[in-house]
Amino acid sequence: MKRNRRLTALLGSGLLAVLLLVLSGPVQAAKEKYFDRSGRLIVEEKPAADLLRPYQAGNREPEKTFPVPAPPFSEGIYPCSDCHGEMETNPQRRELEDMHTDIVLNHAEGQRWCLDCHNPDDRDVLRLVSGETIPFDQSYRLCGQCHGDKFRDWKVGIHGKRTGYWNGDKQYLLCAHCHNPHDPAFKAMKPLPPPVRPGEARH
Amino acid sequence: MSNCCKQPALGIDRRTALKGLATGVAALALPASNASASVWEAFFQKHFRELSKDELKQVLARLTKEYSQEFGKEVSVKATPAIEGVTYGYGLDLSRCIGCRRCVYGCVAENNQSRDPQIHWIRVLQLEQEKGTALEYAEHYYNPQTVPEEGHFYMPVQCQQCSNPPCTKVCPVQATWPEKDGIVVVDYNWCIGCRYCMAACPYGARHFNWGKANVPADELNPDTHYLGNRPRPIGVVEKCTFCIQRTREQPGRYPACEEICPVGARKFGNLNDPESEMRYLIENKRVFILKEELNTQPKFFYFYAT
Ligand code: HEC
Ligand code: HEC
Ligand code: HEC
Ligand code: HEC
Repeated sequence: MKRNRRLTALLGSGLLAVLLLVLSGPVQAAKEKYFDRSGRLIVEEKPAADLLRPYQAGNREPEKTFPVPAPPFSEGIYPCSDCHGEMETNPQRRELEDMHTDIVLNHAEGQRWCLDCHNPDDRDVLRLVSGETIPFDQSYRLCGQCHGDKFRDWKVGIHGKRTGYWNGDKQYLLCAHCHNPHDPAFKAMKPLPPPVRPGEARH
Repeated sequence: MSNCCKQPALGIDRRTALKGLATGVAALALPASNASASVWEAFFQKHFRELSKDELKQVLARLTKEYSQEFGKEVSVKATPAIEGVTYGYGLDLSRCIGCRRCVYGCVAENNQSRDPQIHWIRVLQLEQEKGTALEYAEHYYNPQTVPEEGHFYMPVQCQQCSNPPCTKVCPVQATWPEKDGIVVVDYNWCIGCRYCMAACPYGARHFNWGKANVPADELNPDTHYLGNRPRPIGVVEKCTFCIQRTREQPGRYPACEEICPVGARKFGNLNDPESEMRYLIENKRVFILKEELNTQPKFFYFYAT
């Protein structure tokens, strides 16, 4: 009970405090509990600081990446730095007139602008809210920030689609293969012809 | 109807032969004495499951030669057996499907279905959201400018690969049976075309060849399986086999319908593998099977991802 309270306090008082505590005082022990693959409960005594380390951004496991086909760029648009390498970034929200005039935001546009997703300093990568930059072939992480439920299903092959082999290597279609990031509602399409009605053979 | 009612080249098939036997004039139905060796071989071919390894090899070689000649290109016929420990399952996300019918025609191309007379192994039903999955209101000839249509949802139906299939039980000659991996197959060389199985199937998933499969040679998919997409003779029953010619390979491609689906509504995998997308969706999503009350135990699962 007492130890628990101390743990909570530790968590609350931030990483600096933790570091100081660990460096100065006696080592705090805590129990780590987890289930192994067969469902058995494993309990291990560990220094409390070890259990807290994962909360530090630098110690977090890198986000898993997934094999994907090439992002669906229009021809000639990438690398963006071909143009933007030389250009000043204009952070102003405005109607674009010289370029990208076909891009009209229809995606919670009231709350955001291009540079919430595109990195102002290097246009060849995307930018997460955390400030981390990611390549375009990981754009699912960008979408996953706000669409966690869809992202979770996507990772297990339920939302969206995987191609390749059911019992072998797979590729994950990017969200952007099906949804235009700027106007993501799935577009209606023409159905292929209905079957021939009986007695209505074509010849 | 130009070619639907033509007799097969030599005027015999097992159905006529059986009819002959029944009336005691068996000799009439046997191949004429000038028939080629391959016709005799086909006529006396044993049941698929009783063939020895060598006999099976001979049968496949004979068909490979026949089809390659007929279509003027190299056609392969394999008989890849079930993979140990695999039971196939299929999932269809009703919250995603938009009724575009890409799956229908992807299946036709992959599985060499007759173009005319037309055979479709997949039928897409359009249903009204208000009435739910009450099939009596289903419409499958819908043809608007674009789909999905307001107030509707879509439900593709194909063979449900039942674990307790009513169709195989009524076959008088055991020409159709469930394989170890759960795929219900038909031996077209054994089928007599009585169509009892079609009457027994509650899903309308079996189809009869009124004519010899009419597939343009340049469109024929030459990668075929004996129990699957090889060119069908006149007068036999056929159905979805979960693309047996693809899915039994190692590594095995996804079925053609799942591969072509533009919305990702179709899922496929090994029900015995706890890591498969099939197991995930069965354990985590709202799932139902079609006509559950009939106790057919389908391995085709409809679900709602959202
Ligand atoms: C919700 C995040 C988001 C916002 C907001 C956003 N983009 Fe994008 N944009 C993306 C992603 C993701 C891609 C990558 C698409 C791909 O993989 O092909 C992309 C692609 C592009 C492309 C390449 C398009 C092509 O034709 O291949 C351009 C140009 C672009 N964005 C410009 C803009 C501009 C200009 C704005 C503001 C008006 C903007 N974006 C707003 C996420 C965003
Ligand atoms: C052919 C040159 C060219 C290429 C290639 C290009 N852009 Fe641009 N981009 C421009 C120009 C010019 C503007 C300014 C348009 C205006 O102000 O009307 C612009 C503006 C933008 C803006 C608005 C913010 C700003 O800095 O003005 C974003 C975001 C953007 N581009 C993203 C991209 C992305 C992402 C790519 C690559 C996928 C890309 N662009 C490729 C020429 C280009
Ligand atoms: C900053 C949060 C945020 C990010 C990042 C984001 N979205 Fe969204 N998205 C929203 C919100 C809010 C809505 C609902 C409002 C709307 O539709 O305009 C939405 C709606 C959607 C919809 C439903 C549209 C409809 O009308 O049916 C889709 C699909 C979608 N987003 C896909 C994506 C994809 C793909 C990405 C990554 C390129 C992405 N989103 C990134 C916030 C986000
Ligand atoms: C294979 C194509 C495909 C891929 C890949 C895909 N989606 Fe979707 N998504 C769809 C379809 C189809 C819908 C349903 C649209 C409709 O009903 O109008 C949808 C709907 C959505 C919606 C709207 C909410 C809803 O339940 O209808 C969101 C949000 C969304 N997707 C986000 C994502 C994100 C995020 C990713 C990537 C992690 C992704 N999608 C990948 C096809 C795809």
